Amino acid sequence: MTFPFQRELSSLPVDPSLLMLLGGVLAALIVGSIVGFILSRTVKGEAGRATVSNLNARLRAWWVMVVVFGIAVATGGIGSLLLFGLISFLALREFVTLAPTRVADHQALFWSFFVLLPLQYYLIGIGWYGLFAIMIPVYGFIFTAVRSVLAGDVDHFMARTSTINWALMVCVYCVSYAPALLMLEIPGFHNQNAALLFFLVLVVQVSDVLQYVWGKLLGKHRVAPVVSPNKTWEGLIGGVLSATAIGAAVWWATPFTPAQAAGMAFLICVMGFAGGLVMAAIKRDRGVKDFGTLIEGHGGILDRIDSLCFAAPIFFHVTRFFFDVSDQVVP
Amino acid sequence: MIARALVRLAKLISGARAVWTTPIDGDAQRIFFANHTSHLDFIVVWSALPAEMRGRTRPVAGRDYWMKGRIRRYLSSKVFNGILIERTPSSASTEEKRKAAQAAIDRMAEEMGTEHSIIVFPEGTRGTGDEIAPFKSGLYHLCKLKPKVQLVPVYLDNMNRILPKGEALPVPMLSRVVFGEPMEMRRNEPKESFLERARSAVEKLRENHG
Repeated sequence: MTFPFQRELSSLPVDPSLLMLLGGVLAALIVGSIVGFILSRTVKGEAGRATVSNLNARLRAWWVMVVVFGIAVATGGIGSLLLFGLISFLALREFVTLAPTRVADHQALFWSFFVLLPLQYYLIGIGWYGLFAIMIPVYGFIFTAVRSVLAGDVDHFMARTSTINWALMVCVYCVSYAPALLMLEIPGFHNQNAALLFFLVLVVQVSDVLQYVWGKLLGKHRVAPVVSPNKTWEGLIGGVLSATAIGAAVWWATPFTPAQAAGMAFLICVMGFAGGLVMAAIKRDRGVKDFGTLIEGHGGILDRIDSLCFAAPIFFHVTRFFFDVSDQVVP
Repeated sequence: MIARALVRLAKLISGARAVWTTPIDGDAQRIFFANHTSHLDFIVVWSALPAEMRGRTRPVAGRDYWMKGRIRRYLSSKVFNGILIERTPSSASTEEKRKAAQAAIDRMAEEMGTEHSIIVFPEGTRGTGDEIAPFKSGLYHLCKLKPKVQLVPVYLDNMNRILPKGEALPVPMLSRVVFGEPMEMRRNEPKESFLERARSAVEKLRENHG
């Protein structure tokens, strides 16, 4: 018997369609950087310069992120696990920093960072779907509440425990679905699951960027003026449609037909938008603009992955439901 | 090298971001005084300083704690270059305490010499982080001996949640080290008003940047 991750590791050298995807992204980044460089030389005026310098900061950050993600995906399962485990850790720290927890929650938080989080990624590593899918919603849910109540502080108890559970669900459970894609068993798609992970991240991030671009170009009518004043219908529709088109255009790297790839990309975009909106509401509630300062021009890590949080689990389960065969293998 | 590794580690655990509300030039001798809620406080302030300033800045710490065991002794003498102070047991008489305090102040002034800066926590003990306790008079007496020194208020944000009093293991949340505008002791300033002014400088950083 082999675990999914051993298969992934043995798949080196990398699947050619994955290399093509990565090459395409790098080409786009190179074009973007050249444009950014030209703009930095030509644009005059204070507001224009500020926009261009923000654009270039974002581009620099994109280079780092693409290289890191490329290395992680190319090294197969273990690289992706470590990368997303680290992302979860950094996201969790940003989330908890803003959360109204008290000293009585210290132990529950310690367990969240140093036991539940590594355990979640370990379960993905050994391919134990049955426990990975319920560990945090069932065991983590009960454990953190019990650990906090044992500390004996009842002030805002419900708000505190709910926040810890939310932090774990969003930053650990949901994010961990991205590398969990490597666990799926899709007929005719052996050793190529890394492309699924790439597809998810590509569509989510491209959708974010294009919503921003379309919004800057045409944005007039606000979608959610209270929650996130910068999001417009024009940006949303333009971004989602163009990112869906890009998702459909790379169907050859996935197990999907072009129509299926378009449907999946559309689903990812919509979930991504929903995730971004919910995270924006959390930031408003806590009175901050960004979750952190880790990535230049982007804010914190949670600001960068807010759309991934909701898209990853839905994409995983929809793909698993329609394409995965592991359930039928059971005698 | 160990110092640099420790600085990295402290920054990683505390996710500390330094915020300078006013630019501070490199050369003057300073007393950094901060609110105190966690065992990590001094190393976080120390790590937040620019490297060349850090090299000249020494923490003030309890001798009983830092002379225990080889690692702590090595760290305090070679890495932090700490000024170690005898702490008096709480059972000591008022007179003994007063004498020990005076000796500690003299020692700090002497160890500062003409080039070193120091980090102190004038509350005297770690608090819960809910409020900043009144300052002990040590800061006042030290400033009397070192009237030329710049006083820099420092507010440590969120350290009480990273490693609260009574907990052994840190939770890696993000913290901030806010450096305020340097102040000086006024001529003939009464002790109480000076100490309250210093405390409220930290309090103000907390209100504006906390």
